[in-house]
Amino acid sequence: MAGLTTFRGKVAGMDRVNVDTDQIIPKQFLKRTEKTGFGQYLFYDWRFQADGTPNPDFELNRPENNGAEILVANENFGCGSSREHAPWALLDYGIKIVIAPSFADIFHQNCLKNGMLPVVLKDEEVRYLIEKAKDENYELTVSLKDKTVKDSEGFQAEFPISDYWQTMLVNGWDEIELTLQLDERILAYEESLI
Amino acid sequence: MAKTIIDKLWDKHIVHREEGKPDLIYIDLHLVHEVTSPQAFSGLKMKNRKVRRPDRTFATVDHNVPTVNRFNITDPVAQNQMETLRNNCKEFGITLADINSPEQGIVHVIGPELGLTQPGMTIVCGDSHTSTHGAFGSLAFGIGTSEVEHTLATQTLWQSKPKSLKVQIDGKLGKGVLAKDVILYVLSKYGVNFGTGHIIEYCGDVIENMTMEERMTVCNMSIEGGARAGLVAPDDTTIEYLRGRKYVPAGQEFEELAEQWKALASDEGATYDKEIYIEASEIAPMVSWGTNPSQTAPVTGRVPFLGECESENEKRSVASALKYMDFIEGQRIADIKIQKVFIGSCTNSRLEDLRLAAEIAKGRKVHPDVEAIVVPGSQNVKVLAEAEGLDKIFLDAGFEWRESGCSMCLSMNADIVPAGEHCASTSNRNFEGRQGAGARTHLVSPAMAAAAAVNGCFVDVRTMESAEAVH
Ligand code: SF4
Repeated sequence: MAGLTTFRGKVAGMDRVNVDTDQIIPKQFLKRTEKTGFGQYLFYDWRFQADGTPNPDFELNRPENNGAEILVANENFGCGSSREHAPWALLDYGIKIVIAPSFADIFHQNCLKNGMLPVVLKDEEVRYLIEKAKDENYELTVSLKDKTVKDSEGFQAEFPISDYWQTMLVNGWDEIELTLQLDERILAYEESLI
Repeated sequence: MAKTIIDKLWDKHIVHREEGKPDLIYIDLHLVHEVTSPQAFSGLKMKNRKVRRPDRTFATVDHNVPTVNRFNITDPVAQNQMETLRNNCKEFGITLADINSPEQGIVHVIGPELGLTQPGMTIVCGDSHTSTHGAFGSLAFGIGTSEVEHTLATQTLWQSKPKSLKVQIDGKLGKGVLAKDVILYVLSKYGVNFGTGHIIEYCGDVIENMTMEERMTVCNMSIEGGARAGLVAPDDTTIEYLRGRKYVPAGQEFEELAEQWKALASDEGATYDKEIYIEASEIAPMVSWGTNPSQTAPVTGRVPFLGECESENEKRSVASALKYMDFIEGQRIADIKIQKVFIGSCTNSRLEDLRLAAEIAKGRKVHPDVEAIVVPGSQNVKVLAEAEGLDKIFLDAGFEWRESGCSMCLSMNADIVPAGEHCASTSNRNFEGRQGAGARTHLVSPAMAAAAAVNGCFVDVRTMESAEAVH
């Protein structure tokens, strides 16, 4: 996991509420034993028609969204199961950042743990971005250091993120390594159980 | 200061606390299944790490297993996933209730029935319905695969303490109104994210009077309201359920534990971040009509009109659900025709659930347009059900009687609802495509599912004979 500080990328809008993990990565694709290769199945049932050809109406298939790396979605994004295949699929597809007014808890955690940034913005800010994303060339700059999202036309919004996750992501740290340094504390706790 | 059970459980498990960081909490029990674990084990191997406490880790296969011909797995990718778990358990010394074990079953069914799940514990599993175990007064929550790896390596997790939410349900449920109806009602009233960022404590007369299996049904669907976990304080019902189970200590040690468990209950005067109060008399048998579990109505009701929606977002979500389900606005629930019935899943596949469904099925026949399957939650449940002849009742009525597993709850195996068909299902999610691409799921109680099977449409179980017994 490389460190993440500032990211500039093309934006795609997905104006849907309660997008669940069964849609992000349908269960028939959960049988792989690797973390990679899930991008081809991202939003499978929405992205492809019954005959396997791309569904031209689906947001990510529209020409203006080709190559998007930032996804702007609506409330309660990522609800449903705890499958980490959901952020893996988004990352593998090329999405680095998801912006929404709210996220489901486990999905939010799973994003952070995979170095993908879930950005919570206000309702009206998200609505503005979804409108703007219809423009093929629309880009956003997300700064993890300043906790801001900006465009080149003067839009600027701040997003919340805990100091802990900010530090973890900026440095690209491995959480397990960090915990193992506390081994003595864990041992002491385990001894107190007996 | 007066503490809630949530505070007590949290404080008891803090290994390390530091300003500006989440707490490092100890995990007492880690349940593992085949779908969310392979990448975690390979992460360990890549870094040459060990499983810290194989003795606190327990694995089974459930999501992928076939429910007919279970030893003949034709899907090579599923087979590989199960084989991978088998090898990982062997390599790291983890107990596995494998496909041929009499203890195999859905991970959230076997934890409690084997007594692995105990009050006061922190329990995690790479599965969102881990909240089921909260019924025992444990802090049980679903985690992603990175956290599975973290737990395997360290037996701890970094967690920020969620807020507390009290859901109190008072009064007495009407006949034919079951635990499943209670939680579906809560979701229909408060939506799919009323619990986000919270741990729910369920309490009140209705919860106190519930059996452990009923409490599990309620806690199971906490995640459908967005909550991190849901729990019920341990009481005599909890203790009597656990007495004598395989992994629970016996004798004097059990009595001492029982005392400690009872002390976990929230203190008088403890305060919560949010509180919800519900009257049991408001609740009727419920049927979900849409594509998320809050899109649910009483069986006597109807689907909404778009004009009734309170916000633009709700309107959009209702419109897309109506389209997917092929319903018109205002359509009556009683007019929905059913082609499939699934009785099973970690929500409703325990012995009591099967008894409730059998009560309705007894002496009746599955409607000619319906295919109905009953999938016990575990091999243990299957054996117990067969011992009291429930399998015979179902088979005589024309239901299929299957082997245990997740089955049609998420249809990762061969049990799939064909596109366009409507399924009355005792599972917990009615998302688009959950039971198969284009499948239309209706979440209901086991009694309502059996009633739908014999009638070919939704019928209020309260009006059916023998509903007297369904309580
Ligand atoms: S029965 Fe369904 S919800 Fe429960 S663990 Fe299995 S797939 Fe998940």
